Amino acid sequence: MTLSPQTLYEKIWSSHVVKKHEDGTCVLYIDRHLVHEVTSPQAFEGLRMAGRRVRQPAATLAVVDHNVPTSDRSQPIREDESRIQVETLEANVKEFGIEYFGMRDKRQGIVHVIGPEQGFTLPGMTIVCGDSHTSTHGAFGALAFGIGTSEVEHVLATQTLLLKPAKTMRITVEGPLPTGVTAKDMILAIIGTIGTAGGTGYVIEYAGEAVRALSMEGRMTMCNMSIEGGARAGLIAPDDTTFRYIKGRPMAPKGDDFEKAVAYWRTLPTDAGASFDREIVLKAADIAPQVTWGTSPQDVVPITGTVPNPADEADAGKRAAIERALDYMGLKAGTKMTDVSIDKVFIGSCTNARIEDLREVAKVVGKRKVASGVYAMVVPGSGLVKAQAEEEGIAAVLKDAGFDWREPGCSMCLGMNEDRLNPGERCASTSNRNFEGRQGYKGRTHLLSPAMAAAAAITGKLTDVREIA
Amino acid sequence: MHPFKILTAVAAPLPMMNVDTDMIIPKQFLRTIKRTGLGKYLFSEMRYEASGAEKPDFVLNKPAYRRAEILIADENFGCGSSREHAPWALNDFGIRCVIAPSFADIFHGNSFKNGMCPVKLPREQVLQLMARATDYPDQPITVDLEAQEVRAGNLVFPFTIDPFRRHCLLNGLDDIGLTLQHEGDITAFETKRKNERPWL
Repeated sequence: MTLSPQTLYEKIWSSHVVKKHEDGTCVLYIDRHLVHEVTSPQAFEGLRMAGRRVRQPAATLAVVDHNVPTSDRSQPIREDESRIQVETLEANVKEFGIEYFGMRDKRQGIVHVIGPEQGFTLPGMTIVCGDSHTSTHGAFGALAFGIGTSEVEHVLATQTLLLKPAKTMRITVEGPLPTGVTAKDMILAIIGTIGTAGGTGYVIEYAGEAVRALSMEGRMTMCNMSIEGGARAGLIAPDDTTFRYIKGRPMAPKGDDFEKAVAYWRTLPTDAGASFDREIVLKAADIAPQVTWGTSPQDVVPITGTVPNPADEADAGKRAAIERALDYMGLKAGTKMTDVSIDKVFIGSCTNARIEDLREVAKVVGKRKVASGVYAMVVPGSGLVKAQAEEEGIAAVLKDAGFDWREPGCSMCLGMNEDRLNPGERCASTSNRNFEGRQGYKGRTHLLSPAMAAAAAITGKLTDVREIA
Repeated sequence: MHPFKILTAVAAPLPMMNVDTDMIIPKQFLRTIKRTGLGKYLFSEMRYEASGAEKPDFVLNKPAYRRAEILIADENFGCGSSREHAPWALNDFGIRCVIAPSFADIFHGNSFKNGMCPVKLPREQVLQLMARATDYPDQPITVDLEAQEVRAGNLVFPFTIDPFRRHCLLNGLDDIGLTLQHEGDITAFETKRKNERPWL
């Protein structure tokens, strides 16, 4: 019997169905579970109250990232609530026997940086975490998605989730990316095209020459922001780039097991002739460096563009949203993006805090300095990324230029720790969300790539990196 | 979990698209280790001045809507972060049902886990309900999960909900207990997986 052609998503899904109920709801097996301090305390409390254990402690890896200070780590955390949350995770991992990277472990970092870095993330797996940017791990051809705390508890107790299959979408980016255009620009352009709810109900597979040519870091950046396009998960087919990245990582399979795994992983890519519920095709040549102007990731334009005019919008609801965003952002319709001055630069987050991102920043900065009056911070994605950047001389370049070189964590991507924007401050940020208040009460965020953030740091305003490289 | 069957209550109109979970419950309140107590921080930045004083124009601060148990909003409600603190905060305030033309997937799923019923209706119907809730705040709206319809005066709008989710809501069932009934299947799957993918 010949099987009908299947997508990567369908292959992963069908190999993880424990049981299918009559209405189509499946008990889906979860291979890996990442846990952090913010979305787990209530889940562990639920287990304790019900007298339940963690079914597969070895499939679970915990880290602190959201709350930890990115300054001096020799002292206890100053903010009481943050400290209590971190201590609660420490007590929980001890009680339930889960591997844990604490604040002073050099492997500590952002949960979506450390999973791949350790080889915990592998192709063909199902991976979850109580964090919407779990979609990052889809870069390896793993079905990875964010869950709420009730589902965290469900996975801890049963190593499964109750789900129905998603719809499938393929986004193909044809041709090579132009110079100065990166994975971040590609995903921002995609979100601008499909809208922030365009991927709701779908799992998106990214394909095409521009995607295939990306490093694992670039692929992670793309899959990371699938959720900003509404899709719970993004996927990229595993290939030699993927296998090279995985080989030799601490938790990756070794020797014969690695060879067996690679043979299996090679069967995963979408079969020729498989059909998707929706297909979108973009040309890489049409994509310029992108920057957001508003308070939703879909509010994006090429850096050569201008702030949109709400009067051009016919729908009253959408017009009101643009007006509100412009008011919040302190921007006037028609302003050239390159005329917008910034106060702060944030280089970090699970979107763009990996070694390649920091190399890109250092390359653009070169021997130049951060513009006077601008505060620019770099928060590496993990202790290991930080150490590597120090070894490669990247840290020295950035420190000489005037960047503040900090300890790893989520930091000002969401401002749960002490790293925040002040009211009215405008930030060029390599993170993933420009929502109202996201980086600090009344803070104003412009999302862009690491190279574009570096350019903004040097000039003090939003800048086309192609003009200053 | 409390069952959700029929809810007749005041409905608060929030005519905004893309209400994200950072708006529903800002990050400074995620440092809790409890599920309860978040109601007073719901929509904090829209609801309070920096001084902590209430903003009188925000819908949930208006006397007519202070006891709202239904919220009516525009497209893509609950987008952004997966924080379950968003439905916890709504629930703790007293809102058991959000009506909108569309929801972000994770928020939508999280609502059910907390005995809340997210109702999707065509945008045109949502806007009619929004107008009604604005003009007649004292006239409650009924969300009937048994009949799968929303009723407001002479407006009657049918809706559908995934049958499994509906069953769980109507009976107040907890997912973990249901899944653990299949423990034998899970163990069998784990054995098979070990043979087929020994590197895991």
